[in-house]
Formats: sequence, C-alpha cells, structure tokens
Amino acid sequence: MASIGIRGVRKAYQKNAVVHGVDLDIASGEFIVILGPSGCGKSTLLRMIAGLEEISSGEIAIDGIVVNQLEPRERGCAMVFQNYALYPHMTVADNIGYALKVAGVPKAERRRRVEATAKIVALESFLDRRPMALSGGQRQRVAMARAIVREPKVFLFDEPLSNLDAKLRVAMRAEIRRLHRRLGATSIFVTHDQVEAMTLGDRLVVMNAGRVEQVGAPADVYNRPASRFVASFVGSPAMNLLEGAIDRHGVFVYDGERRIEVPAAVENRLVGHKVTLGVRAEAARLVEAGTPGSLPATVDFIEELGAGRVVHTDFDGLSFAVAVTEPVALAAGAAVGIAIDPADIHLFSSETGLRIDAAPAEARADSA
Amino acid sequence: MEKRATFSSTTIGLIFIAPMLLLIFVFFYWPSGQALYWAFTLEQPWGGGNQWVGLQNFQQLLSDPVYWNSITRSLVFGLASTAIAMGVALVLALFTDRELRFHRAYRSIFVWPYAIAAPALGLAFRFILAPEAGLLSVLNSVWPNIWNPALDGKDAMIAVIIAFSWKYIGYNFIFFLSALAAIPRSLIEAAAMDGAGPARRVADIQLPLLTPTLFFLLVINITESFQDSFGIVDIMTQGGPARATELMVYKIYFDGFKGLDYSGAAAQSIILMGLVVLLTIVQFRFIERRVHYK
Repeated sequence: MASIGIRGVRKAYQKNAVVHGVDLDIASGEFIVILGPSGCGKSTLLRMIAGLEEISSGEIAIDGIVVNQLEPRERGCAMVFQNYALYPHMTVADNIGYALKVAGVPKAERRRRVEATAKIVALESFLDRRPMALSGGQRQRVAMARAIVREPKVFLFDEPLSNLDAKLRVAMRAEIRRLHRRLGATSIFVTHDQVEAMTLGDRLVVMNAGRVEQVGAPADVYNRPASRFVASFVGSPAMNLLEGAIDRHGVFVYDGERRIEVPAAVENRLVGHKVTLGVRAEAARLVEAGTPGSLPATVDFIEELGAGRVVHTDFDGLSFAVAVTEPVALAAGAAVGIAIDPADIHLFSSETGLRIDAAPAEARADSA
Repeated sequence: MEKRATFSSTTIGLIFIAPMLLLIFVFFYWPSGQALYWAFTLEQPWGGGNQWVGLQNFQQLLSDPVYWNSITRSLVFGLASTAIAMGVALVLALFTDRELRFHRAYRSIFVWPYAIAAPALGLAFRFILAPEAGLLSVLNSVWPNIWNPALDGKDAMIAVIIAFSWKYIGYNFIFFLSALAAIPRSLIEAAAMDGAGPARRVADIQLPLLTPTLFFLLVINITESFQDSFGIVDIMTQGGPARATELMVYKIYFDGFKGLDYSGAAAQSIILMGLVVLLTIVQFRFIERRVHYK
C-alpha cells in the first residue's frame, strides 16, 4: 500500500501539451477512478505514474519518494492494460509468473505463488493454456492475476474492461471491487465509462482536455458537478443543458423570451450574466400540458429501459430528456409540460463553464 | 466469404495469364528441362549431336573431390554469410525499433544495398578490401601480409562473405523491423512493468515472437547464398585463389562456359536446384507447422 502525490504534472509531446498541470493526492489504499473522454490525457497521466511515459514537468511521488527518474520496475506498480498485453508465446502460468521469474524468485516458490494467485481469479484449471485459447473474460483475469502476483504497492488499470461485452463488464466490475477490498492496495482506474467510474471509485477524478475538472466522491460529482463539462459527462442520460441569461430576480431566460424560475439566492449577483442552466433528466417531471409554471414541450421519442424510461421531448427546437419511472402512454408529437423544481437546477457560467453555487452549502443541506 | 472476381469466359482468363506463363516457360521450364536433358547426355561443345549416358555425369561429379570441395565451400559461405547478415540485421533492427536518434533515416538507408547489382557490389568490395590500398591495408602495415585475399584462400572467403552479408543485411533488416513493429507496444510495456530491462525484453518477448520471421529469413538467406553469390565471386575472386572461393554456382559457370563441359555443368545445376528445392520444402513444412502467434 502506498500513497501517491501528483504535483503540477504536465506532459507535452514536442510543443503539443496533452496534460496541463495535474495536482492530486491519493491516500493509501484508496480506489481512484480517472474519468474522461478519449484524448483527455487520462491514460497519459496513468502511464506517467507507471513510468511508461516521461514526465515533462512536475513530480510524482509514491510513498513520499519522487519517482520521476525511476524505471517502471523500480516504482512498485502493476498495470492491467486495455488489450491485456498477455505474452502470446507463454502459458497462463508463465504469463502470471513472468514478473517473479525476472525478479529471480526460485521455481518452487514461483509455482506456489502463481497457483495461489490463479485461485483468486478462478484460473486454476487454465494454467497450461496459451492466451489464444482463452475467452476475453479469462484473458482479462490472467492480466489481473499477473498484476496481483507481484503484490504491488499500486494497481494501475488502463480501461481494462472496455474490450469485454456488457454482461462480462458488469461481472468484472464487481470482481475488481471485491479484489480491492481483499488486497487493499492503492488503485488507479482509468475509464471513459461513467457507470464504471461511479460504481468502482472511492473518489472520481474527472478530466477534460488535459485538466482535472473535478475530484470528489461519485455522489458528490453527480449531485454537484463542478463544471458544465462534468455535468454533461457524468450521468446517463446526460444532463439537460440550456443556454441563456439571468434576466432579473429569479428568472432564467433562454431563446429570447422563455423563462424558467431559478433559486432566488443566486439572482442578485448574476443579473445580466450569461449562464448555462442544467437539469438532470431524473429531476425533471412530466406534467399535463398547460400546467401553470411548466414548460410546454412535445414528445419526440421514448427510450424504454425496462426499469424506467426516458422521454425525449422537443421544446422550442431544443431537446430535453425526462426520466420517468412509471409507464407512460404518450405518442410522438403529444403535448406535455415539464416541471422543474428550482432546487434541482444547476447553473454554470457560460464564460468559464464553472459551477455557480445557487446557495451556500448549509442552505442546500436544509432544503434536501 | 472472400469475394472473387471471375471471368465470364475462360478464354479471357487464359489470355490474361498467357504472358506470365510464357515468361515462366521460356525462362524457367525450358532451360530447366534442357539442363535436365543435358545432365543425362554427353553434349558436344560445338554442337553436332549428343549421346545418352544415363547417370554417368552424376557419378563422375560425386566421385570428384573438387566438386565435394565446392559443396563444402558453399555451405561454409552460406552459413557464415547468413549468420552475419541476419545477426547484424537483427541488432540494427532492434536498435531502430527502440527509436534511437535518426531511426527514420536508417530505415531507408539500410535497404539500399539490396538494390545494388552483385557485380557492382563485388567491384566496390574489391577496392575496399584490397590488400595494398583498401581499408584493411592498415592491418598489413602493422603485420605485413596478414591480409591478402588474392593469395590467401581464407582471406578470399572472408572477403566474399563480407560482401554478400553486406548486401543482405539491408534485406533482412526490413523484415526484422516490420516484424518488430508488428509486436504490440503494450507487450513490451507489460514486460517493462514486470521488471524486465531492455536486454531481457529482447530475449523473453521480442525474439520468441520473431521466430516465424527468423525461420523465413534463414531459408531465404541460405537459398540466396547458393544462387546470388555468383556475381560477387566472379568480380572479387573468380573462384580463386586455388579454388578457395569456388562455390557451387560459380563452378557451374566455370565448368560450363570456361571448361565447355556442358553436361557436367548441367548435372551440377540439377544438383544445386535439387538442394534449393529441398530447402524450400523444409521451409514450407517448418513454417506451416508452426503456430502463428496472435
């Protein structure tokens, strides 16, 4: 187990900067998920921690020791790769035991440890096979076993589940969670899948375009997204976002004249500012068309999810999703109303994209 | 299913393959057939009929120690030049693959030697390795007469081996480099994470994954060393001194065109062809049996 300190870490290829100064402290034994779209620099950050990528500036410390100049093998990290990176010419046992072999562990002990590790990931009966003769899920487990057997201080996962089918992914997710509880090693998990991120992480690090947008517990990130980007990236369906301005006391105006009431506490300092208004699909409600205070919209199409459904509506040419739990009998084109509780509204500055707090945190806690 | 374009009429198909068939027939089957026929006859050097002699040409050859010598020399030449050409190419490719400085430049420069015709190459190396003025003349100025391919058979053999290897290094290099590039980067990274240093990664990961390429090049190099060596030997040593560099392919030329022993040369060609065919079969059997790693 080890803590990891990342201070002002940057990465640039020639003049092309991909990571613009990341600061992050990871506690010993913590499960951190780095979430972001492709190309946001999350994998690069992970690879810098692993030692596979040089650090352009800043420093990374593992257990208080700066590792910038250390070779990957000297850092005590194990990594699970996206494509598993199993050695195709070695058996499963040799794949798992390779690190031990390189480290000069005697054959008998190596065997014992490989077998013990194989048991953890339920691979005992596959030890003599080549990776080619394994299914995707089994390969994934070999990759995990290869990391576990070294008893590393830090586990690094580079989108390890993205090559699996949906069902297997859910199963492996649970397995990784259990494994972490059992081994307790500090883990960093990189993914672009927000469901994976929400379910796995003790804390999320949301990255965009080489910067950290928000760090926090999954529920905090979901409930109080720190920026417009986080709001749009975390949560499914994506948060509804409307561009507009605060017109006067408690009124958000979009599209020239349409109004939505916003929490009263924000209005004074924001009057006249351009803002983005966000409402989660789960927070909006469908009401009878023409209900006072509701927004008029028409049904575009309905996504049936089994446990619930998402009604995609069209209002003034904008699309707005509403998640409902009960079955709805609405045809495309039906007129409906959308009701929004002012407390469920998120505001983001149009200029900086940053969150504008509706009210001090205590006030919010009271209303919740 | 693979899609295939098919011709509606067989005639069009035949017309398309006719030029290629004609070329293969004129330049391969016809001469080969002729050589096969001559190998079993006694051919008059100036024309005017021949005489069927059965296996006598072969019997004569195989009982001739000079011919066995040329087989031995060919094997020595083939193994040594293959070892050098492949070894050096592999080292260069491994370094280039690690993206040392200027690796882009090496990549193209290393192929050029393969494009040089053997006689031109032989001529160049004759100058480079000349005992009185070449690069190795330095040796002679320190230890007089230590290097002289014109007099010392061993030196002559070394000279032709160097020249031939130099040509094939570039050829092998390209194959090795593309085979190395086909190894997923993440495998190398995984090995680095597992604690293996660069040399260890080459031995444990890269070389085992290169085996199909290694065997392919092994057979190509040995095969080519039997055939493509003619120009180099002819220009550099003409088989000398005292037959020290008389390889099988050079002896065919020498006996046939200088000695005017057409039948003996034809029999030698058949033996050489048999040897090359044998090697090719070994290659196909061996590579086909090998599992291709994925």
